[in-house]
Amino acid sequence: MHDVAAHAAHHAPTSFIRKHVFSLDHKVIGKQYYGLALIAAYVGMALSWMMRIHLAWTNAAIPGLQLLSKNGAPGGVITPEYYLQLMTMHGTIMVFFVLTTAPFAAFGNFFLPIQVGAEDMPFPRFNMMSFWVTFSAFVVLIASFFVTDGPTLGGWTQYAPLNAVGSISGPGQGTGVVLWMASIGLFCVGQLLGSLNFITTTLDLRVKGMSLMRLPLSAWAWFITSCMGLTAFAVLMPACILAILDHVAGTSFFVPSGLVVSDQLVPHSGGSTLLWQHLFWFFGHPEVYIAIVPGIGIVSHILITNMRRPMLSHRVLIYSMGALAVLSYMVYGHHMFVSGMNPFSSLVFSFPTLVITIPSTIVVLMWTFSLYGSKLRINSASLFALGFISMFVSGGVSGFFLAQPSIDIMLHATYFVVGHFHLVMGVAAMFGIFGGTYFWFPKMVGRMMNETLGKVHFWFSFVGAYCIFMPFHYLGMAGNVRRYSSFVDDYLQPLIPVHQFITVAALVTGAAQLVFLYNLIHSRFYGAPAPDNPWQATSLEWSTATPPPFDNFGGKHPVVYHDPYQYGVQSSVGDYVMQASPEQVKTEDEEK
Amino acid sequence: MAKFFAITLIVIAILSAIPILLHTWVAPEDISTHGALIDEQMSETMAEAGISFLAAQFVLAFFVWKFANPAPDAKIRKFPGGAKGLVIAAFLVVGIEVLALGIFGVKAWANVYLTPPSPGAMPIQVQAGQFAFYFRYPGPDGTFGPLHPELINESTQNFFGLDLDHDQDSKDDIVTAEMAIPVNKEIHLLMHSKDLGHSFYVRELRVQQDFVPGLDVSVHFTATKVGKYEIVCTQLCGLGHYNMKAYLEVMSQQDFDDWLKKEAALQ
Repeated sequence: MHDVAAHAAHHAPTSFIRKHVFSLDHKVIGKQYYGLALIAAYVGMALSWMMRIHLAWTNAAIPGLQLLSKNGAPGGVITPEYYLQLMTMHGTIMVFFVLTTAPFAAFGNFFLPIQVGAEDMPFPRFNMMSFWVTFSAFVVLIASFFVTDGPTLGGWTQYAPLNAVGSISGPGQGTGVVLWMASIGLFCVGQLLGSLNFITTTLDLRVKGMSLMRLPLSAWAWFITSCMGLTAFAVLMPACILAILDHVAGTSFFVPSGLVVSDQLVPHSGGSTLLWQHLFWFFGHPEVYIAIVPGIGIVSHILITNMRRPMLSHRVLIYSMGALAVLSYMVYGHHMFVSGMNPFSSLVFSFPTLVITIPSTIVVLMWTFSLYGSKLRINSASLFALGFISMFVSGGVSGFFLAQPSIDIMLHATYFVVGHFHLVMGVAAMFGIFGGTYFWFPKMVGRMMNETLGKVHFWFSFVGAYCIFMPFHYLGMAGNVRRYSSFVDDYLQPLIPVHQFITVAALVTGAAQLVFLYNLIHSRFYGAPAPDNPWQATSLEWSTATPPPFDNFGGKHPVVYHDPYQYGVQSSVGDYVMQASPEQVKTEDEEK
Repeated sequence: MAKFFAITLIVIAILSAIPILLHTWVAPEDISTHGALIDEQMSETMAEAGISFLAAQFVLAFFVWKFANPAPDAKIRKFPGGAKGLVIAAFLVVGIEVLALGIFGVKAWANVYLTPPSPGAMPIQVQAGQFAFYFRYPGPDGTFGPLHPELINESTQNFFGLDLDHDQDSKDDIVTAEMAIPVNKEIHLLMHSKDLGHSFYVRELRVQQDFVPGLDVSVHFTATKVGKYEIVCTQLCGLGHYNMKAYLEVMSQQDFDDWLKKEAALQ
């Protein structure tokens, strides 16, 4: 437990640079991460718009795009290679700089220390470094737009040996790949430093009375995610370094002998292309859960507050998130069923992939059946939380198909896979971020967001996301291969109208995200002032001032008396008791 | 708003299910001997996934409809079965479901990957390179000549890097840009990549397999229906990836023999 005296309090900085730029305050760092994720999300979305327009109307000119790349988009018309480059950047930016950064690093940084009752994280300098290293990683990645040949076209998975043989294999495969690997290598360093802080904060800095089981579900989710982050990013980082060495030092980690690329015999020998896939997916599958587990925690936290009752079981949700984390390492081979690895391994990887459905189902059942007999409040945050459940189910059930090697023969590398992961780790995780934003924004900046705009944003996003991603599954079942810049194959021609429908849906849904941006910026300056506890919530972040002072609790150290979610009771303040309130009330289903 | 959410959710769930029920966009007819098991597995999975999807969305919609914004004096109630009942149900229902899918799925997978080709299977080599497939038939001697990557030369059409001057086995090899196979004859496809990762995907054949540079892999299959089908690349291989394709012609044995003779004459 946290020994207050042993943790030397750092004082509030006064200079602009220390306060807002190189800040050691976890709350500022959390907001910086949020800002980075926000910029990355809109860049990623803009890229997806260009891709969608190109897929539906291949020869359409996108005004002004030639300014970004004269060769990639002459006259604003996207070339096949530029399509792949935009696609690669879209995937990379979204997976790393949005889905990992926002729910985990941004909200986790801001709220984990407050939810455990700490003044800050144990290693504030590491924390500051983690953000600035991540920021540098983003700058390096974006820089690849401006080098000769542009960014890499190899997809966010950067398969070998395309990632290692250099520019002879295509535009962006020289400097573009090196910058990608450098960026992601740096990103890994940032996440390792962050994870270290999250784990130590949870284990060492909990205030008196805050046992592990009294941690809110969001804190548990960040803790479990940081354990995954520490082990998964530690594998991706060396993989990136080895790929850079293949480029700049003439090594052959991922390139076998005898390859002839563009009529040139590649001067490498002895490497393994499958090695990259094993390393990448050993990171890549836990990464899916790094993106979604914080969402599971955040959504649980929001739902409980708005249902005015605890979940049917706090422990079962924690154990399920833990099971997802452990299983996530054992299933990674399902990305490689037809990769050429030993076909017996495919069966071995298939079983844990099917089994992971069980904890996922339990999580959904806990959420859904906790709604039974609740007093559900409908607001922007709870709508996004409910939307999250729906998306998580829709994206999850397609996992039944992809977990089976025999069916994967048909569906691998098709739009079915694209639909699956966009729903379950893209849209669902984004809904977690949106829900978290509507819920925590008042605490983070001291002002309320506009509820009407929030609901408009929800409806367009919810219906829009289904219009975009459900048809992806149908395309995949018809055999529509992903990562094609246009559909020249005979059998793909009849599917183009479906792509056109998806593009229109994507443009409308994307436009609705501008409502969110407006709401965010407008509310930041002109929103109604937020009270300390606008949602009548129980966890520690709501017992401090809004926004929280520099040391989180104004020089005091809260003492925790209760489980995190004491709702549906009769207390002096209403139907809830805050964790830090000594008031004792009778509860019907307090978990022992 | 809660009721609107519930209705929207139910409408979305039903609309999502309609193209599946109507078979609007589905895989084309299977032309392989092993594909029936895959298709069957797919239908069973669709039934299980579809029921789970609809049930989960409907229950969510129903609870939101029923329990949102209740009267201020409403009491919180607990789901009668409690968490324990739900966990047991999840383990039993989903556990049995995935176990069944897993066990039955093994057979469909084993048919393609865990059984060796029969001794009489006809060997064909396919080589993938940016952005074309080439095919090689061993000729009358039944043996493929060795590959020499350094001899690969597009301009002289030596796509495989064969040394016709020195390797006896290469002399009768037949190299083609299209793949033809006799119907109802097992094919043992030997897959070799010239440069990068590629994949061999024929929807009708229910075959998809990656090429692994530096490692030769193989698949085997039997086509049961005469016709012309597209072979496409499904592993991102560079700027021309979308356009990397070839045709597979499934012919009668007689037509195939004639075709092979014609191709041999062109070498």
